[in-house]
Amino acid sequence: MSHYLVKRVLMMLLTLWIIVTLTFSLMHAIPGDPFASESDQLPEQILANLRAKYNLDEPLPVQYVLYLKNLVMLDLGPSIKSDTRGVNDMIADGFSASATLGAQAIVIAIFFGITFGIIAALNRNKWLDYAAMAIAVLGIAIPSFIMAPLLINFFAIKFPIFPVATWGTWMHTVLPSLALAFGPLAIITRYMRASMIEVMNQNYIRTAEAKGVPTFALVVKHGIRNAILPVVTFLGPLIASLITGTFVVEKIFAVPGIGKYFVDGIFNRDYPVILGTTIFYSSILIVTIFLIDLAYTLIDPRIKLTNKEG
Amino acid sequence: MAMEQRIDPLFRPLSKQSEAHDISMRPSLTNVQQVVRKLVKNKLAMLGLAIILLLVVMAIIGPHLVPYSASDQSLLTKNKPVSAEHWFGTDDLGRDMFARTWAGARISLTIGVVAALIDLIIGVTVGGIAGYMAGRGKRGERIDTIIMRVIEVLYGLPYLLVVILLMVVMEPGMLTIIIALSATGWTGMARLVRGQILQLKNQEFILASQVLGAKFSRILFKHLIPNTIGVIIVNLTFTIPSAIFAESFLSFLGLGVQAPDASWGTMTNDAMGVILTGDWWRLFFPGLMISLTMFAFNVFGDGLQDALDPRLRE
Repeated sequence: MSHYLVKRVLMMLLTLWIIVTLTFSLMHAIPGDPFASESDQLPEQILANLRAKYNLDEPLPVQYVLYLKNLVMLDLGPSIKSDTRGVNDMIADGFSASATLGAQAIVIAIFFGITFGIIAALNRNKWLDYAAMAIAVLGIAIPSFIMAPLLINFFAIKFPIFPVATWGTWMHTVLPSLALAFGPLAIITRYMRASMIEVMNQNYIRTAEAKGVPTFALVVKHGIRNAILPVVTFLGPLIASLITGTFVVEKIFAVPGIGKYFVDGIFNRDYPVILGTTIFYSSILIVTIFLIDLAYTLIDPRIKLTNKEG
Repeated sequence: MAMEQRIDPLFRPLSKQSEAHDISMRPSLTNVQQVVRKLVKNKLAMLGLAIILLLVVMAIIGPHLVPYSASDQSLLTKNKPVSAEHWFGTDDLGRDMFARTWAGARISLTIGVVAALIDLIIGVTVGGIAGYMAGRGKRGERIDTIIMRVIEVLYGLPYLLVVILLMVVMEPGMLTIIIALSATGWTGMARLVRGQILQLKNQEFILASQVLGAKFSRILFKHLIPNTIGVIIVNLTFTIPSAIFAESFLSFLGLGVQAPDASWGTMTNDAMGVILTGDWWRLFFPGLMISLTMFAFNVFGDGLQDALDPRLRE
């Protein structure tokens, strides 16, 4: 177990290092420097000072080593567009909003996805099944950036239940969380339905039924526990799609989250911000996938971590 | 005589004519015929196919049905609702939304299909090689491990995040979108093909082919890939919509197709500004087209998957 953990953590660090290196080279592969547009307006000395502040006067390998050194100290460096606030400040700023949205969206997607999937599987080819599958198909067909304006149109303009375009109370988080959750909810519903149908056709379910196990215990203890594993495997890609989903949802709802800083960073061509947020997102994703792997063993005792393939 | 008595009197020798009954009642079907039959019976999949065909036809002829081009601006006709002159209304620069919607369809469908085909070519080749090499001596094992490590790292990254990073670095345009989408998009196909090949290659017909002295390329292209073609086609029907989705996502963020070109994503983004004014057609038509495309490819892919699944054969 501890051997496995050490190996996994080393692999995670290696993956993160590759991501950092790739992103760093990508950001520095762009011709010219960030101050190219100011270069004919500013005196030579100021430009030189500006470059020195961002270490741009050093050769690339030195910049890379400096960046890695700072990264180990968890310093993601300064922003180019904002001279007083670094990338760390931006992430710290946006974290609570983004984390609130993300966490709520995950809870909504998992809870309703699993519930709808079970209802659909237990009422196969009846109207409840069709209703759940209709929701699933809509969720897959309608991207979050279309869902978000639709939600605004219905629940903020036609029926002004929820406030939009500002941020502050919990009521503001409802619509963006829903917009973010809809797609993953649909996919979880489909996975859960297929998996539940397969499990409920197994012999051990029939045996339990024949022994007279009550339906509720049959579904919860024997059905869901076995059917949920394929859904857990999907949580990794789910986190990834939630992260990219926040880019558009935070933009549409004007949420002051990390996604907004990332998108602004893209438009301002603020490379340290893009680099820093990418590293931050990748770390979250890598750690989540690791935690999900650990969670398998809790749900399914047949899987042992000591196996290489875990 | 004793022999004949022992035979059950109910058994009679057959006459010549009755041999005809041995011929099966139903004509036997080839694999493809069976799949097609099953697919045609699936109403939802057929609806999906019909929508896909309709979208393709409209992408070809749509822009020619109205006397406006996708980029013609006219301040006299700006923000006009749906009418006989402008079937889908006009936008804030007076551009005809009908022409723009179908010009966008061209871009979206082209990007979707081309990116998916590139994913297919790279994915099948890389996945095929990795799957075949795995377990073939030290060298083969090492090739497979290297390929899988690369795929693992690429797969572990959020797909759209990588595409966004590439789009930041490269010049915006259709070709760039296709390159950015295929740069990481092939990994899913490669994993799938590798898994299939690993399963197939231990079967007898592969061994027989090897014993007969077939070359590596022949085994790969004549035996392994044709046997995985079903899974590959199904995967293709899911990579096309995800590429189309990625394109509209990028265009929505302003990183994809650049003005004056129309794309469903840029049109949706333009519509965000007028969402409060009630110009519903601005969001409705591009949004509907994106959703219809996603819907059609997904239900068609689902139907195809069911039709190709040998476990579900009658």
